[in-house]
Amino acid sequence: MIHQHWISRHSGVLILLPSLILTAIFVYGFIGSSFFISLTNWRTLSVDLSLRDPLWQTYADLLSMPRFQADLRNTFVFTTLFILFAVSLGLGLAILLDRQLAGKGFFRNTFLFPYALSFIVTGVVWRWIFNPETGINLFFDFLGINQALESSGMSPLSPGWTTDPSVVFSVNHILSQVWPAGGDFQIEWGIPVALIPVAIAATWQLSGFVMAMYLGGLGGIRPQIRDAARIDGASEFRLYRSVIIPMLNPITISTVIILIHVSLKIFDLVFAMSGVGPGFATDVPAIFVFEMMFKAARYNLGTSASVVMLILSSLVIVPYLMHSLKTRET
Amino acid sequence: MKMKRVLLWFLLGCLMIFYLLPVYVMLVNSLRDASSVSLSTMWELPHHLSMQGFIHAWSLLSPNLQNSLWMVFPSALISSVIGALNGYIFSKWRFKGSEFLFALLLFGFFIPYQAILLPLVRFLQWINLYGTIPGLILTHVVYGISVTTLIFRNFYIHIPNSIIEAATVDGAGTLGAFWRVIMPLSLPAFAVALIFQFTNIWNDFLFGITVVPNPQSQPVTIALNNLSGSFSVDWNVVMAGAILAAIPTALVYIGLGKLFVQGLVSGSVKA
Repeated sequence: MIHQHWISRHSGVLILLPSLILTAIFVYGFIGSSFFISLTNWRTLSVDLSLRDPLWQTYADLLSMPRFQADLRNTFVFTTLFILFAVSLGLGLAILLDRQLAGKGFFRNTFLFPYALSFIVTGVVWRWIFNPETGINLFFDFLGINQALESSGMSPLSPGWTTDPSVVFSVNHILSQVWPAGGDFQIEWGIPVALIPVAIAATWQLSGFVMAMYLGGLGGIRPQIRDAARIDGASEFRLYRSVIIPMLNPITISTVIILIHVSLKIFDLVFAMSGVGPGFATDVPAIFVFEMMFKAARYNLGTSASVVMLILSSLVIVPYLMHSLKTRET
Repeated sequence: MKMKRVLLWFLLGCLMIFYLLPVYVMLVNSLRDASSVSLSTMWELPHHLSMQGFIHAWSLLSPNLQNSLWMVFPSALISSVIGALNGYIFSKWRFKGSEFLFALLLFGFFIPYQAILLPLVRFLQWINLYGTIPGLILTHVVYGISVTTLIFRNFYIHIPNSIIEAATVDGAGTLGAFWRVIMPLSLPAFAVALIFQFTNIWNDFLFGITVVPNPQSQPVTIALNNLSGSFSVDWNVVMAGAILAAIPTALVYIGLGKLFVQGLVSGSVKA
């Protein structure tokens, strides 16, 4: 009887135990193991788990690699562009659909539809749309833009899209002025043009998700609030700008954090759409990790880059998780 | 007022073009025959419809589509059942420290999986599941538990505790109460969790390409990417392949859209 009592008192923990053990091994154990490997000499196919001397040398190597510097720049630029595009478009869609409208459900379903697809499908199709030989560049011919440009002596408009190696708005000279060591960067700090099409494809896939989040929030705003603002004579534009969008702030924060989390680890879309790109213009840390681990057998370098990825996303996710679990308690 | 209405419909029309553009590209080019596939005709409607592309894509991808099916159903089902049990404990049988354990579990959903990839592959090699569908199932179950637990916990929080108290007074244990009173109420949560997992796992690429190196045993997303990268395949076949790989999740979305939206919103932590 006492035995049975013990089981029922602890059955909660017993039921959780398998999942807790699996998480302890597969999440925390493996993270620890990756971190350990990043400190070792293991950089060929034969396993070598002796520690490097100095211990952090692999991280120093990693951060001084032009390719990884480009990856960090690309992650930063891609995240910024993607969030800017996806949040403004998603919010715009939600506001457009936030009214009496024939075919509202149809529009909503179409905008959200890409979210159900795999990043690989998205990448494969957008790769063709942004192919410089075909795709949207044909429209510039079709619409007569190129003929007009040529007849006025200018070169025809045919962007290289993901094949364009140029980096615009470079800030290297500013960096070198405020920070002398900044001149040592082997890469250009700016916006790689080739990343823009990738950000557009990612926006196509995820702006519907942003819209769905905002539509959920808009549905929760009581009609009295709108009525009150209208009675005060607020225009539709003022109503959204000054009343509704500020009320949606918590949703904006959740959405941005989820999108940052998607963007920091983005792999499949870039892999299928453009790969590393010309001069690593579209390379991202996830592809770097994949190639170091599964192509080049530079295991310590690959795991060190993965630890950098983990740190970057933890900086965003941990405060968010702590905050949302805490607010739910009360 | 009328001007505004016109502007609204104009905007919606432009947006529809943007969202349907890739669908149009996939459809018109998958239905072309190989001889009329060329770079300059990408946007034109095919002169006559041909199923060649689909037939060829099917012959190349059908083994991988099968692999994906064998992978996705067990993974989605097992991770949902475990998530239901965990969610039940975390919402109805809280104990000291259970919130902290929940946070630790949940963190697993948000890590970039690159950070566990090398040890995972070594571990699967060690237990002889590397390169196999069961190895992928194990991987998807383990890393799926956190999000399914979240979905069920958020669902069970809204079920009154009195139901469970009534069942335990009648002599049911923790599991007895789950089986008798919680399970029958869980159907909506199972639908949401299964759809969420089905979509996520079907669309996975990273685990598929790293855990299974043999092309014959790979899921369809990896096979599609290989197809798209190979120069010997005409791109009516690639576009048909993209459609084949997209059909299962697209059908789930079209058929069960409402539950799909619930799933993606519950993936965002807030109850």
